[in-house]
Amino acid sequence: MTTLIAIAGLGIICLIAEIFNLRKAIVPVTIIGLLAILCLNLVNIPGVHVANLNMEQRSFYNNMIIQNNYGTLFSSLFIVLTIFLVALSPDFHKEHKAKLSDFISIKLFLLAGAVAMVSFGNMAMFFLGIEILSISLYVLAASEPKNVSSNEAGMKYFLMGSFASGLILFGIALIYGATGAFDIAAIYEAVSTGVAKGWFFPGVVLLTIGLLFKIAAVPFHFWAPDVYEGSPALTTATMSTLAKVAAMAAFYKLMRGINLEVPGTYVTVLIIVSALSMFIGNLTALKQNNVKRMLAFSGISHAGFMLMVFLNPPVTAGTLFYYAAAYTLAGIAAFAVVISVCGDKRNEESFKFNGLGKTNPLMAAVLTCALLSMAGIPIFSGFFAKFFLFSQALKAGQVAIVIIAVVNSIISVGYYFKLILAMYTKESTEEKQAVPFAYTAVAVVAILLNILLGIFPDMVLGYL
Amino acid sequence: MDVSFILITLLIGAAATYFAGNKWASKVALLFSIAAFAFTLYTVNIFNNGENVSFLKAWIKNPRISLNLIGDGLSLIMVLLTTSLTAIIILATLKNTFKNAKSFYALILFMAFAMAGTFLSADGFVYYIFWELSLIPIYFIALIWGSGEAEARKKDVIKFFIYTFAGSLFMLVAFIYLYQKTGSFVNGALIRVNLTDKEQFWIFLAFFLAYAIKIPIIPFHTWQANVYQKAPSAGTMLLSGIMLKMAIYSIIRWQLPIAPAPAKEYMHVLIILCVAGVIYGSILALKQQDLKKLLAYSSLAHVGLIAAGAYTLTLDGLRGAVLQMIAHGFVVVGLFYAAEIIIRRYNTTEISEMGGIRIQTPRFSSMFMILVLASVALPATFNFIGEFELLYSLAQTNIWIAVLGGTTIILGAFYMLRMFQQVMLGEQNAKPFADVTFGEGFVFVAIIGILLFFGLYPKPIIDFITPALENTLNLINR
Repeated sequence: MTTLIAIAGLGIICLIAEIFNLRKAIVPVTIIGLLAILCLNLVNIPGVHVANLNMEQRSFYNNMIIQNNYGTLFSSLFIVLTIFLVALSPDFHKEHKAKLSDFISIKLFLLAGAVAMVSFGNMAMFFLGIEILSISLYVLAASEPKNVSSNEAGMKYFLMGSFASGLILFGIALIYGATGAFDIAAIYEAVSTGVAKGWFFPGVVLLTIGLLFKIAAVPFHFWAPDVYEGSPALTTATMSTLAKVAAMAAFYKLMRGINLEVPGTYVTVLIIVSALSMFIGNLTALKQNNVKRMLAFSGISHAGFMLMVFLNPPVTAGTLFYYAAAYTLAGIAAFAVVISVCGDKRNEESFKFNGLGKTNPLMAAVLTCALLSMAGIPIFSGFFAKFFLFSQALKAGQVAIVIIAVVNSIISVGYYFKLILAMYTKESTEEKQAVPFAYTAVAVVAILLNILLGIFPDMVLGYL
Repeated sequence: MDVSFILITLLIGAAATYFAGNKWASKVALLFSIAAFAFTLYTVNIFNNGENVSFLKAWIKNPRISLNLIGDGLSLIMVLLTTSLTAIIILATLKNTFKNAKSFYALILFMAFAMAGTFLSADGFVYYIFWELSLIPIYFIALIWGSGEAEARKKDVIKFFIYTFAGSLFMLVAFIYLYQKTGSFVNGALIRVNLTDKEQFWIFLAFFLAYAIKIPIIPFHTWQANVYQKAPSAGTMLLSGIMLKMAIYSIIRWQLPIAPAPAKEYMHVLIILCVAGVIYGSILALKQQDLKKLLAYSSLAHVGLIAAGAYTLTLDGLRGAVLQMIAHGFVVVGLFYAAEIIIRRYNTTEISEMGGIRIQTPRFSSMFMILVLASVALPATFNFIGEFELLYSLAQTNIWIAVLGGTTIILGAFYMLRMFQQVMLGEQNAKPFADVTFGEGFVFVAIIGILLFFGLYPKPIIDFITPALENTLNLINR
């Protein structure tokens, strides 16, 4: 709870700082503030602080906010990601210095939305979280008003996104109609005692559709490539890491909260969606020349992978968190390199990466590691994430989807390695340019965290 | 002192080489590879004195994974092969100048680390990590320092990567499945679990995909010749000398003991598949005009026979496979090194453009001749012992298969000697050919010395590996 308030407060401080002309202090203050909030947040985990040892979960404001390990861990991940995104901001927005405080504070509000999405105890709070996150993203997507494609991306995202929000809201209404409650625990009670009938299941389906849209799973993925390509690169980084994972985490929490016993047909549908997301995401990614578009499609396939957690819900919370952490850290590292290479030129064709191995070996190495992690090559945490995921699915007896996932891992090597090949074998066509320190720092720290997570998976797995 | 020291030495060596800079990289790498070799010898020595050299440390609690390194006759002999060949390979590259040498040598040492780890791991999960890890350095070595046209090379190297990666992913699924059954990844526990014949069949198949691609057994061999041809010689030596032995070793260590039933049921199919590779490789080798491709196909033929021996499930077959792995490892590295010397001086890989070298270089040609003869398993060379045991084990299974397998010697003698004739003999070549330098000669003498010594006196190695293989055989026939 304190986390949420502190984040929102920090966002407001950013706006006020602008009024008092303290623009230079905004980024350092925000990063230090977020680090402090991160520590504050981690204290909530049992075992870290003695006072919390025997406390499974605490609720605030009539169950509006529930604080448990799931929410706390995901919140911590979101805070770390936001720190990276904020650190990338000043160099990325150097041509719009005057708007820096806006960009930073929107990112902070977005973080507040994401935190609300993983620590809600009530449907209303859940919807508030998802809307705060989405509205911040609409603004960020269209944050280059003079650029046509940014406008297009913002408009497209807004139209599609609000439609999905409408579906979610409708679903919530139906569930309320069936159970008479917004409170997750009350809904669960109604479901398990058999009171909920009739409109409950259509409500769940509508909710599912809305959330599948937010995580860009096939067949609700059409907006993703265009929006990713059109938005400024930093916004794309936000969408494909923070926003996607927040939606996934909320989806999981919601589904576990309201119906623990997932019916068979529902699982079948999710398996099909997951398989389709993997195949369509990967096969289309093979054909892309624009790196941002390629990462968008690869993100779709990763959403497909993450959907596999629903096959064995009672035990997969840790797996989902691990996968999310591995994927987003690799994603942030990759985007830091993409931004440093393409900069503000707004052209992310893959030939820009030709010869990066020679002109900037460090960034090339980071991007290589990030792509290897996404492809699932051992020692990077992406491999362990896939491994945990596959073993959970096998435990649930779903051999077919595991085989499909394995086949897709093989396909994904194709396009990840295309980029690696370009970096190391082709001759550079670009002038060598100095990379701002912030980009290098974010890329290196993110990939180091990723590798660290790979070497010590117990670091996070033990808490969920 | 246990086996983990060898791995740590190689890993530190890789880092030290990278930070030593381009000028000193080769020397630092050589130093560390010799140190690793010395550590291995020392470990083998204390293992012979009856000390326990295995290493065990918990790593991940859930799923239960431990850093479990096993030191027995089988794994130690393979590690000995790895570290000795790594030192020889680095020695063999000293003459060359590579751009960005620090990365090159660091990758070689890192690959040696991963391969030694594969041989030592007794935990299936750690084994899989090392197995995959060894793929990344060779990918970059072949890609960046390879020869030939860049576009074609890229295609071949990525094909190789995707092939092997695909195979090993199925192995990972098998491991996960076994973990669900047993709650453990440890080799011993996986062997003890009771599986139905159907389960064993699928697990056997998943393992087989991974190994058949790596060895390679036909029809999974299509990546091999092109990658061998295009990789730099050091990469080819690493691939043919050590890396494909990882697969044969894994058959003996993992596949056969975990899923013995299908191995027995389909024994003849497997052996015929392997022997088909022998004949196929030999016939293709006859037709090659490219020196490195010829050696690649001859390698395909030889490893086909080794795999066939391992699948006979007899002590002779397993022992022959291990002996021949070592012998073939040294011979193939020597042959590729000789090829590299010729190619470097004549700047061509076409056999037709060579010839008339012997007149100019008596020393080089005699050494090359000995290697060629060893490769065709002439008695008194180490290869003869291995090949003999392999053919003997095939004869125990089926005499006609042994006859077919025996063609590898006849055909091998044919194409190898013809190659020698075309490359080395004949009228003096217009292009001058300098005789071997001291450093080059040293590599040859070391390899030939090992091949002849163990050819005449194989007892130490046989005594060293037999207990471990008998143990494996007991597990297969449990």
